[in-house]
Amino acid sequence: MTITMPQLGETVTEGTVAQWLKKPGDAVEKYEAFVEVSTDKVNAEVPSPVSGVLREIICKEGETVATGAPIAIIDEAGVVPEPPAETSPAAPAAVPATVSASNGSSNGSHGGNGVATTSGLRRFSPAVRRLAREHNVDVAAVSGSGTNGRVTARDVLAAANEGPSAAMAATLAREPAKATVAPATAQPAAAASTYAAPTPGTIVPLTQARKIIAKRMVESLAIAPHAWTMVEVDVTKLWRWRAQEKDAFLASKGYPLTLLPFFIHAVVQALKGQPMLNARFTDDGIHVLGAYNIGIAIGLETNLIVPVIRDADTLSIGGIAVAAGKLIEKARAGKLGADELGGGTFTVNNTGANGSILSKPIINGGQAGIVTMEAVVKRPVVVDDAIAIRSMMNVCLSLDHRVLDGTIANAFLADLKKRLEAMRPGGDL
Amino acid sequence: MAVASPSTVMNNVEAVRHTLYEALKNDERTLVLGEDVGARGNVFLITKGFIEEFGAERVIDTPLAEASIVGVAIGMAMEGLRPIAEIQFADFIYPAFNQIVGEAAKTRYRSNGDYTCPLVIRTPYGGGVRGALSHSVSIEALFYHVPGLKIVAPSFPADIKGLLNAAIDDPDPVLFLEHKKTYRLVKGEVPSEHYTIPIGLADVKHPGDALTVVSYGLYVHQAIEAAQRLAGEGLSVEVIDLRSIRPMDRTTILASVRKTHKLLIVHEDNKFGGIGAEIAAMVAEEAFFELDAPIRRLCGPDVPAMGYALPLEEEFMVSTDEMADAMRELVRY
Amino acid sequence: MAEAITKPALERHGLDEEQLRWMLRNMLLQRTLDNRGFQLNRQGKIPFATGSEGHEGIHAGSALAFARGRDVLVPYYRDIGLCIGIGMEPLQVLLAMFARAADISGGRQFPNHFTGRAIGLMSISSIIAAHLPHAVGAAYAMKLRGESGRAVLASFGDGATSEGEWHESMNFAAVHALPIVFLCENNEWAISTPRDRQMKVRDVVEKADGYGMRGEIVDGSDPIAVYGVMNGALERARSGGGPTLVEAKCYRFLSHTTDDDDRTYRTREEIERHRHLDPVPRFERVLVEAGVITSDDVSAMKREILAHVNDVTDRAEALPYPLASDLYTNVYEGTHEPWL
Repeated sequence: MTITMPQLGETVTEGTVAQWLKKPGDAVEKYEAFVEVSTDKVNAEVPSPVSGVLREIICKEGETVATGAPIAIIDEAGVVPEPPAETSPAAPAAVPATVSASNGSSNGSHGGNGVATTSGLRRFSPAVRRLAREHNVDVAAVSGSGTNGRVTARDVLAAANEGPSAAMAATLAREPAKATVAPATAQPAAAASTYAAPTPGTIVPLTQARKIIAKRMVESLAIAPHAWTMVEVDVTKLWRWRAQEKDAFLASKGYPLTLLPFFIHAVVQALKGQPMLNARFTDDGIHVLGAYNIGIAIGLETNLIVPVIRDADTLSIGGIAVAAGKLIEKARAGKLGADELGGGTFTVNNTGANGSILSKPIINGGQAGIVTMEAVVKRPVVVDDAIAIRSMMNVCLSLDHRVLDGTIANAFLADLKKRLEAMRPGGDL
Repeated sequence: MAVASPSTVMNNVEAVRHTLYEALKNDERTLVLGEDVGARGNVFLITKGFIEEFGAERVIDTPLAEASIVGVAIGMAMEGLRPIAEIQFADFIYPAFNQIVGEAAKTRYRSNGDYTCPLVIRTPYGGGVRGALSHSVSIEALFYHVPGLKIVAPSFPADIKGLLNAAIDDPDPVLFLEHKKTYRLVKGEVPSEHYTIPIGLADVKHPGDALTVVSYGLYVHQAIEAAQRLAGEGLSVEVIDLRSIRPMDRTTILASVRKTHKLLIVHEDNKFGGIGAEIAAMVAEEAFFELDAPIRRLCGPDVPAMGYALPLEEEFMVSTDEMADAMRELVRY
Repeated sequence: MAEAITKPALERHGLDEEQLRWMLRNMLLQRTLDNRGFQLNRQGKIPFATGSEGHEGIHAGSALAFARGRDVLVPYYRDIGLCIGIGMEPLQVLLAMFARAADISGGRQFPNHFTGRAIGLMSISSIIAAHLPHAVGAAYAMKLRGESGRAVLASFGDGATSEGEWHESMNFAAVHALPIVFLCENNEWAISTPRDRQMKVRDVVEKADGYGMRGEIVDGSDPIAVYGVMNGALERARSGGGPTLVEAKCYRFLSHTTDDDDRTYRTREEIERHRHLDPVPRFERVLVEAGVITSDDVSAMKREILAHVNDVTDRAEALPYPLASDLYTNVYEGTHEPWL
């Protein structure tokens, strides 16, 4: 690793190497002083940032260089030093093993040096850097699907679609935040418009959040072929159960008990039965995900935000209710953090909160599906060949047809329906 | 004589022949000159029968002297004719190098537009035909450095007609390259009406979104075949046929790279200082932040030419398998 | 050497006294322009000049034989007199020397690399003999279009005859019996290489036989003789008689260019030995002795020419350079960018 001249003092712009305490070839322990630096403010011994061997002294004693300028190289213990020139074909280390295996000649019959690989080094291509910047993706946190785990431009786009990271969260959170979705009640009649009323004849400028939403929606529809299906669910008993528990829950936990946590709980169980819905499409194959991180779509006044309940499979219904309650609270306050916005594996959208009984959701980028819970309405239905009044809820699913087909989707919905209809008073909260 | 009927399927030889025939028939300023273009009808029979129809004065069997084939054609062009000169094999063009580079390409410039040089120089190039050292070379890189010259290298019959017409109409000198292996290998529909394709426009011959492949000549056909193979594997590759080498279609290349973020350039001419070097440099300059992988070139090796022996020729030529391998590697990179 | 200026001699060539005075003026004008180039160079006003001193007789005689408005001249860079003789304005010579925007090449070409499509003057490069195939092509176009009464005059020095393109052009023109006259201005020197290092034959004209082409040799110091040979050759070409190689012997009195120092390869004595061949004083003397012009008239002519050259020098110098942006024009028709 290259050691640079430290900035010793706020206004210091340069430093002079007073004395080298180690010579090339010497072992250096992490935090061990290895050089003495003097500036116009201080004289200081500089501790090594790593353990290793001092390979080279770049800045001689008495030499003054700007802060940040290289002064020495320490070969870090246990780390293979970087080759001097990254793609020099003369350096055997830089010649990848992936040179066309089909041509037998040693120098590559067509002058091809193959594609230089990064050999596991965390180097990012110009496109990855640009896309990460544009989409506010923390590229270091993205797992790569390219050769040797390299992060590709597509990985960044997928990560951007998957959920916003820190800076993204900040962008979205700065927008006026007034949650109107996922209310405690399922009575939707007078649900407010999600977006502020625009003045006719004017052009409403695009906010950053609006731009991002627009881009993602277009990308999702363009990339993932959406298929759509729906079931109707009898939630009469569930509805009654929730009514019995909600006041006590609010009193003890401080968060409302809506239909949402029951639904999410059932969704997670159904996902376990159909893992292809908790998956992502990649060029190399379908990546079946291990975690169950459920995004919940929350409409704010001018935008839409999808915070994530992490590891929802480890939470009880009550636990989900608390987690969801906290996220909604934070969303309203514009205080969602990056870790609460990224990494979703499947999304639930409570469209019924706005009174919808049927909707066709757009898949939240990169996921295999999105499911909605529509408004609970009392309807006459046939039960045991008699007409009965039941609380009915439609459940709609959009799925990425690249990942799965209708058979799996319908099996998932059937299972979800069974689980919801099985929920009744006396169940385990 | 036999000419194409409307909307005929032709091979590349027939496309050149059909277009030349129409030019000679419709524009009395045109003429063809070269070695063995008259009674022999050109070594590939492109001008067979022309001398009977258009006469020896417009179908000129020249002395065996390439510099003056081009040089005389330059003088004809400066004096108002539309000569179409032929160099029998591109390998023989070197004696005419000064006439092309030092004279034709500079005529308009040195006279500040007082004189122009509307000249077409046709020549068959390229290997894979057991042409050995002097009947197989690619010459485009030697000439594409030259301002004042235009170079086209179409490899589909319809493109050949459109671009040869454009070359004949062009007010400046055009080097028209015909890959001889595609002559009878490649067939396609050719519209019968007169039309031109603007010089300088590339054509996306196989759309895709995970990798851009830029090529021309014989290798476009192989690249398309490789891309089709990869499509079967679920890998989406875009193949751009340059068609024109100078001027070159920056817009199409950049649009594709902005979509795919990856670029592979495939050409038969050797790699060092080749067409691919310029494309790679241009993309690095214009679209650095679009690149998600190192630009890769798959080109002829840096040896003087392909040998006569089959293994030597095969070693020189890039196979479709090699193209597919390189594409796969880059898509997955 | 020159035959006496007698009435029968003039009649034989179809020349009148007015034409003789025209040739003298052309020669004096060329010499003045030549000197002006060297003067301006030594003054530091222009970077480069090429002289034609010694070639005046060839130029005057050939220019007089040139059919303006019909023939095409494909000259080389030592043809100032030939170019002004077929109608190029002396101002153009100065504009080219000063590399001004108003130069027809827009200040791009070296001096003496003229172009003038309007007067049938074909653009050339500096590459020796590279222009000869163009001359052949132009002649071919004339023949193809059946334009009898037109011919191409292509000139070059003795060094050019060593070039492959010279050979190819001679051969092509002979094979197709083209309306072209190849004029070799043999001044004995190709920069520093003397004729006997350039070729084994004594006379360039011997080479014509190898192409089955008619060859003629003429004293280039004698404009009347040059006119006679050139007029005959051009007339033959215009009327379908095919090409001719004319070798006009002369001597180069100046260094190759202002960048050349001939003292490194030839003696002053050699130059002085050839001084009697200098066509300008000789033709002046011949005309005065024959009573075609008086000494006073010659003096007046020289004064008038000098005043004219001074005038065009001042005018050319006062004109602007091309703009830097002119570098980018006329690469192609339209845009010059290699990328679309």
